[in-house]
Amino acid sequence: MDKKFNMSKIVSLICGIIFGIGLTISQMIDPAKVLGFLNIFGDWDPSLAFVMIGALIISSPFFHLFKNNKKPIFADSFSYSNNKELNKKLIIGSSLFGAGWGLAGLCPGPAIASLALFNTSSIIFVITMFVGFYLVKLSDLTTQAR
Amino acid sequence: MNIINFTPVSAFLGGSLIGLAVVIFFVFNGRLIGISGIASNFLNSKDNRFDNFLFLLGLILGPIIYKVFTQQEINISISNSFILLAVAGLLVGVGTRIGGGCTSGHGISGIGRFSLRSIVATITFMIIGILTVWIKNLI
Repeated sequence: MDKKFNMSKIVSLICGIIFGIGLTISQMIDPAKVLGFLNIFGDWDPSLAFVMIGALIISSPFFHLFKNNKKPIFADSFSYSNNKELNKKLIIGSSLFGAGWGLAGLCPGPAIASLALFNTSSIIFVITMFVGFYLVKLSDLTTQAR
Repeated sequence: MNIINFTPVSAFLGGSLIGLAVVIFFVFNGRLIGISGIASNFLNSKDNRFDNFLFLLGLILGPIIYKVFTQQEINISISNSFILLAVAGLLVGVGTRIGGGCTSGHGISGIGRFSLRSIVATITFMIIGILTVWIKNLI
């Protein structure tokens, strides 16, 4: 048990690092690149579609291979939401997120990774994003996701 | 429409690494990567708090390690309007919590499992993101 406990911590750190390097190599860490992807009606940069394709090609087969396994290697059980509900909250929440994403070109992963570059803009975005997390928690509107 | 700055190879390679992180986290820790979920749970929940902290720390270390090993600068171009950044940050924080996921949680972990809910969420935030950029460019 104890060993498993510690190994899961190491895995968490390593996964964060790999994810952060992936965001850097793909340039998704750069808001200008994201805004270029969303600028379909102007000068369009389709690159980020390839980030998603790459991520899905690697990850999707494993979800389906392992979904019948009883236990993950370093934890006692799989824990993730299997929420299938299609409701107003999903649409409203995703719309608000899309508006913020289109305004600054930042979503949560790249925003946090870009703290590595010590620029004030990233810090302001991340602080207000956490304020947003907290406000939703206070208002009890959270959709428990993943 | 004009296609510019297209970098499919580095995008695909970086995306594959992101997919690899998702696989390792799933197979070893039994959890799905969604950054908004990990970050908000780090703030709001005692469950797995240290795991979540270490993941977020790794996320920040990733670009630093890249820089050290490749000796390449990471150049990004980001708005310097603090009002725009604060509004966008709030919208992203509030929206991802109400909608239960972001680009990674819905866009990769959700779609990878063929979750209809995540497909709907991803199409929604993509459309609104595209419209926001379009309107912003009109003003």
